[in-house]
Amino acid sequence: MRDIYINGLGTLPVGEHWETSLRELAVQAIQAALKDAPGLKPEALFVGNMLAGQLSHQEHLGALIADFAGMRGIEAVTVEAAGAAGGAAVRQAVLAVASGWVETALVVGVEKMTDKVGAGTTAATASAGDSEWESVQGVTPTALAALMMRRYMHDYQVALKDFAGFSVNAHANAKTNPKAMFHNTLTADSFVKAGMVAEPVNMFDTAPEADGAAALLISAQPAAVRVAASAMATDTLAVHDRPDLLNLRAAHLATHKAYQQAGVGAEQMNVFELHDGFTVFAALSLEAAGFAERGAGWKLAQGAIGLSGQIPVSTFGGLKARGNPGGATGVYQIAEVALQLRGEGGANQVMGAQWGMAQCLGGAGATAVTHILSKN
Amino acid sequence: MEISRHWRLQQQRYGLVGEVCPHCSEKIFPPRDVCPHCSGEAKTPYTFSGKGEVYSYTTVYDAPEGYEGTTPYTVAIIKLDEGPLVTAQLTDVDNGKAEIGMPVEMVTRKLREDGDRGMLVYGYKFRPQLAVSV
Amino acid sequence: MSQSISDQLLRPVRDVGIVGYGAYVPRYRLPATEVARVWTEGTGALPIKEKAVPGLDEDVATMSIEAARNALSRAGIAPNDIRAVWVGSESHPYAVKPTSTIVAEAIGAVPNTQAADWQFACKAGTEALQAAIGFIGSGMARYALSIGMDTAQGRPGDALEYTAGAGGAAYLVGAAEEALAIFEGSYSFVTDTPDFWRRQHEVYPEHGQRFTGEPAYFKHITSAAENFMTQSGTTPKDYRYAVFHQPNVKFPQRAAKQLGFTDEQIKTGLIVGVIGNTYAGSAMIGLTAVLDEAQPGDRILMVSFGSGAGSDAFGLRVTDQITARQKRAPRTKDYIARRTQIDYAAYTRLRGKLVMG
Repeated sequence: MRDIYINGLGTLPVGEHWETSLRELAVQAIQAALKDAPGLKPEALFVGNMLAGQLSHQEHLGALIADFAGMRGIEAVTVEAAGAAGGAAVRQAVLAVASGWVETALVVGVEKMTDKVGAGTTAATASAGDSEWESVQGVTPTALAALMMRRYMHDYQVALKDFAGFSVNAHANAKTNPKAMFHNTLTADSFVKAGMVAEPVNMFDTAPEADGAAALLISAQPAAVRVAASAMATDTLAVHDRPDLLNLRAAHLATHKAYQQAGVGAEQMNVFELHDGFTVFAALSLEAAGFAERGAGWKLAQGAIGLSGQIPVSTFGGLKARGNPGGATGVYQIAEVALQLRGEGGANQVMGAQWGMAQCLGGAGATAVTHILSKN
Repeated sequence: MEISRHWRLQQQRYGLVGEVCPHCSEKIFPPRDVCPHCSGEAKTPYTFSGKGEVYSYTTVYDAPEGYEGTTPYTVAIIKLDEGPLVTAQLTDVDNGKAEIGMPVEMVTRKLREDGDRGMLVYGYKFRPQLAVSV
Repeated sequence: MSQSISDQLLRPVRDVGIVGYGAYVPRYRLPATEVARVWTEGTGALPIKEKAVPGLDEDVATMSIEAARNALSRAGIAPNDIRAVWVGSESHPYAVKPTSTIVAEAIGAVPNTQAADWQFACKAGTEALQAAIGFIGSGMARYALSIGMDTAQGRPGDALEYTAGAGGAAYLVGAAEEALAIFEGSYSFVTDTPDFWRRQHEVYPEHGQRFTGEPAYFKHITSAAENFMTQSGTTPKDYRYAVFHQPNVKFPQRAAKQLGFTDEQIKTGLIVGVIGNTYAGSAMIGLTAVLDEAQPGDRILMVSFGSGAGSDAFGLRVTDQITARQKRAPRTKDYIARRTQIDYAAYTRLRGKLVMG
């Protein structure tokens, strides 16, 4: 199998793009990525998206976006894995190029969370869970994270304030990322006092769902950033079916497969763009990836995750402050790791970054997609 | 109108009818015909007692469509006495009063109604075990 | 048992009885003082202390399922031996689509069973009970399940709002040999008397004010009780307990007095003061309260009343099977003791009286 590189990337600001449609967002991100990789012509398009069917009444995004991006005729398909759709779309692109079937693949992650508002949107996000055995009980993604967080706090004797560091760090980094959704400073004190959404998950714990699009050009042509590993795994869909609720098994499997492919371990990573949709997911992701012992992931939030810390996370704001545009998130994460390795992080640069890991989760960790990138 | 997806699950929803694996004796809910523990074929029906305890819980304030009229409500993961975990709403208990380890029992309640004209969907919820006199 | 039997007394060819019984009352209570606070600024006499109010996730189907499960626990029979599931109510969740099939599915009685919903205001449940006596007593089947359950609504500010409560009971009827209480005949007294009704698409019923008293409740209850006792050859002192339909505290007390029953005889079954008028469940849950305490050999008279109007009267003799079965399920008093007080605002939300759109 041949080596794969990220040749171009383009990301849009994450936010509420009331005036921009789904297809327009996708096309803008694609054009930015193409501009970043002049001369490369994609033969295949992989779209990462989770909810366009329910929120915009639009399925069949592959053909739609290929059409509007001026690429009529190329093979195109939507890849869906709930919140991991973006990473999963990159995975498909990597498989296509690595196999030799495709020379240059284009990935675009795009999501229009604001095309629907209210309880209908909440119901749509709940479709990432088990509709027959979780959602029918009025369970939402936030409620599932809350069920896991409460059990985590119970089993490990951890308090709410112990999670604040994840959100505080995310906001601190987002301040200097012009494409981030939030630029305000968040203090640990305001985190602890925030209103509850689904106790113990509060308003400053949950990442904002918003609109966004990010695109990548992937090919075998050498570039500054190499795809050192691409791995994916699943766990039970329903949280209650897991023998161990506090083990993100899919994340564990995917990261360890990725370490094996790349020939490196957690200690080599200079940056980890993890799926901080909820602070408890951040803690559990760090444990699953081997950065902390079981039940100790929260400890890293007490100073080890900053830009100059032992393992920087959410370096451009993460899901929490850069924003969480659903099926596009996984592509943003990979683009951000690529920027770090290229040395283009600006005020958010992690000094001397050589290796970076990006991981997105679908649902409450039922799907995990992990990519490791290295500086070529 | 969604009818069949609820109708075909009535035994599970109304009565917690699951399966028991004839190979390894594990109890399975919901039924899935393949044992998640030993991967053997498992189609023998098994009716759970409905008794269990709260494994985790949370109160939902921002409900999805169809559930807005009933907020705030508490959802929980329940550990059934026979082993499996299930996700369900708690009922007959004030929202702040749930606790991990609280003994509960299954009751059949209305899960949702689809507006004024639509179907009523019934299913299992769990309540603190009723205190009975001897 | 007296030998004088006329053809108005209903007796099946084989003796039948109650094999299992179960009650259900929801947890919420609205004190009558709350209704008065909102509507009369706290003045006026109160017909009861408080009434039971169903939760948002409860209705006649869910409540019937629990009462039926309690009856099954007491009876100790297999649900698929039940051949009729009959639910009587004036607040069935659907106008068309039976409550009884939901109950039958939930308790495991389907598919080899009859199922039907009954209505006759507050005697819908005892109607189902009369029919069950015939169904089992004719030898057609081994067991029938008859349920009286309601979540009836009272018009805001109306006299009936103080008392319109929620609750009821389920009875498994089977052969006398298996029964914890054997029926000693029954009787029905019915006339076309429009004391209280609800037209097809209306939310709240109408009632005839004072017309609901003498020409309706008292005439039918006392006629049914007297005719039943005459034809059975019994008098009030032959019964340890009497249970009458209880729309409020005073009516059954007055009926008892008119008929010659003492306060002591009606006391155990008179629970309207703490749960309200459970309509089709009223006499039937009064009976469960009695069965919870009754001893072998006790005789009980139960007389229901349904507006429209009619009364069903039943005589029962408790057997020695009762002692073991009383404790197999929650007693009526356990449900009564499980109470969470609410105010009028919470009540309007729970009862769907708020204009939502």
